[in-house]
Amino acid sequence: MQKEHEIICAGFGGQGVLSMGSIIAYAGMNEGKEVSWMPSYGPEMRGGTANCIVIVADNRISSPIITKFDTAIVLNQPSLDKFENAVKPGGLLMYEQSTIINPPTRKDIDIVCISAIEEADKLKAKQVANMVMVGAFLEKQPLVKIETIVDTLKKVLPEHRHKLIPINEQALIRGKEIVKETAQVSV
Amino acid sequence: MKEEKNKKGEARLMKGNEALAEAAIRADIDAYFGYPITPQSEILEYLEREIPKRHGLVIQAESEVASINMIYGAAGAGARVMTSSSSPGISLMQEGLSYIASAQLPCLVANVVRGGPGLGTIQPSQGDYFQAVKGGGHGDYHLIVLAPASVQEMADFVFDGFRLAEKYRNPAMILTDGALGQMMEKVILPEEGSLKKVETPWATTGKPASRDHNIITSLFIQPEKMEEVNHELQEKYKKIQSEVRFEEIQIKDAEIVLVAFGLSSRICQKTVDLAREKGLKVGLLRPITLYPFPFKRLNELAEQVNFMMSVEMNAGQMVQDVKLAVEGKVPVYFKGRMGGMIPTPEDVLEEIESVLDNEKVLQD
Repeated sequence: MQKEHEIICAGFGGQGVLSMGSIIAYAGMNEGKEVSWMPSYGPEMRGGTANCIVIVADNRISSPIITKFDTAIVLNQPSLDKFENAVKPGGLLMYEQSTIINPPTRKDIDIVCISAIEEADKLKAKQVANMVMVGAFLEKQPLVKIETIVDTLKKVLPEHRHKLIPINEQALIRGKEIVKETAQVSV
Repeated sequence: MKEEKNKKGEARLMKGNEALAEAAIRADIDAYFGYPITPQSEILEYLEREIPKRHGLVIQAESEVASINMIYGAAGAGARVMTSSSSPGISLMQEGLSYIASAQLPCLVANVVRGGPGLGTIQPSQGDYFQAVKGGGHGDYHLIVLAPASVQEMADFVFDGFRLAEKYRNPAMILTDGALGQMMEKVILPEEGSLKKVETPWATTGKPASRDHNIITSLFIQPEKMEEVNHELQEKYKKIQSEVRFEEIQIKDAEIVLVAFGLSSRICQKTVDLAREKGLKVGLLRPITLYPFPFKRLNELAEQVNFMMSVEMNAGQMVQDVKLAVEGKVPVYFKGRMGGMIPTPEDVLEEIESVLDNEKVLQD
């Protein structure tokens, strides 16, 4: 793994974009890494789209606000339009299949399409689509272990929500499997 | 998220605002008075939720003017008190802060700055630098001003702020911004109970027979007396200069020095990395205390470097103090964004390169 990985997670409010980023940050911290999580909290968020910048690093993180990313995880068209060109050459762009009408066109980055919402539907838990994306991301970029994410969920979720952990774990694993199977659409 | 009193020394992932609020409880504040405003409402929300379960008093006042005057009253009674707000709210507090400074009372105020002027925007800014370090209200006074650059420092500077405020009986301010308030980072919180209470023999807590009346006032109607009080204040500000703090990054061989505080210093750290990759000897001086300001160190550095550049999220405020510090020995340039916009590390590097290009043209 490179010593610093810079991620943008973006989508509509309610898709779990901010929590997707925060769970990666939490898990990174629990594996002893330096992390930062910078949410959009301004007027753009009030317009319905949300994003967060997550940095996971071995050393002290300089700027928590950056404009070029190693990975973009996008869950809607406006976010794809906004961040496709913000991925560093050779970087990774993951997008959720059903939310995108015009797919990305860049040839110099790794583009991965994940049918996260469909998979979450199959698990009968729409709200874990974000975790399918996280699982898929971690298969491409093993920044943190799935087990650490599950342990982290145990730590940060209140007791009465612990019953949701198994479904989240399934979603993470499903995400990993999809990437292993076929999802790569171009290189 | 689960709320728990964490074990000593355990790392937590927290928003800057939450870390500041939790540190306030751990600093054993007697009371917090505040009024909500974005981007710092989490401070009041956190304290409203936690203080009733633990210790202290939290009151949502009817306005910022009320908050700061509650602070004035409680500080006068010897209580360890704090408030927080964001730019427009802090403006409303300026009269009270001037009174508190004149009456020589300790308290802590956090300003989570947003873009202005006016009601402005909720995005991060450093547009309140002048207001914070030059006094802000009327009369000859200063706040002690600390500028955190990480969530860790958002917590630590609550303790440092109270320590300084109580040592000098002077209001202290944490000058931060919306981004540092909203972002999450790893933080190891200061230990609860580790900030000792200080003696407050001057407090108005009821007069025993053994001493004269204690009087808390900022009204000294006779000019002779008012001047005396001013001399006392100025003497105190001289002493406060010894509390200056700053951080240096890659300064040793630097030919170009960036000067930046708070969030913009984080951005400049990245610029330093990018510049070094290109072989440019760029370093960073980050003032940690904005009042007192590291005038002396900047003046020394002026002997070593080719030029300095102040990087700020405003129209150019601290740059004036940097210029004062270097006394014309080297050029001081400025790079900034305003109104809630944030300069990128690449923007700053570009500015450095354009200065270098211009210098080259002049030499040719």
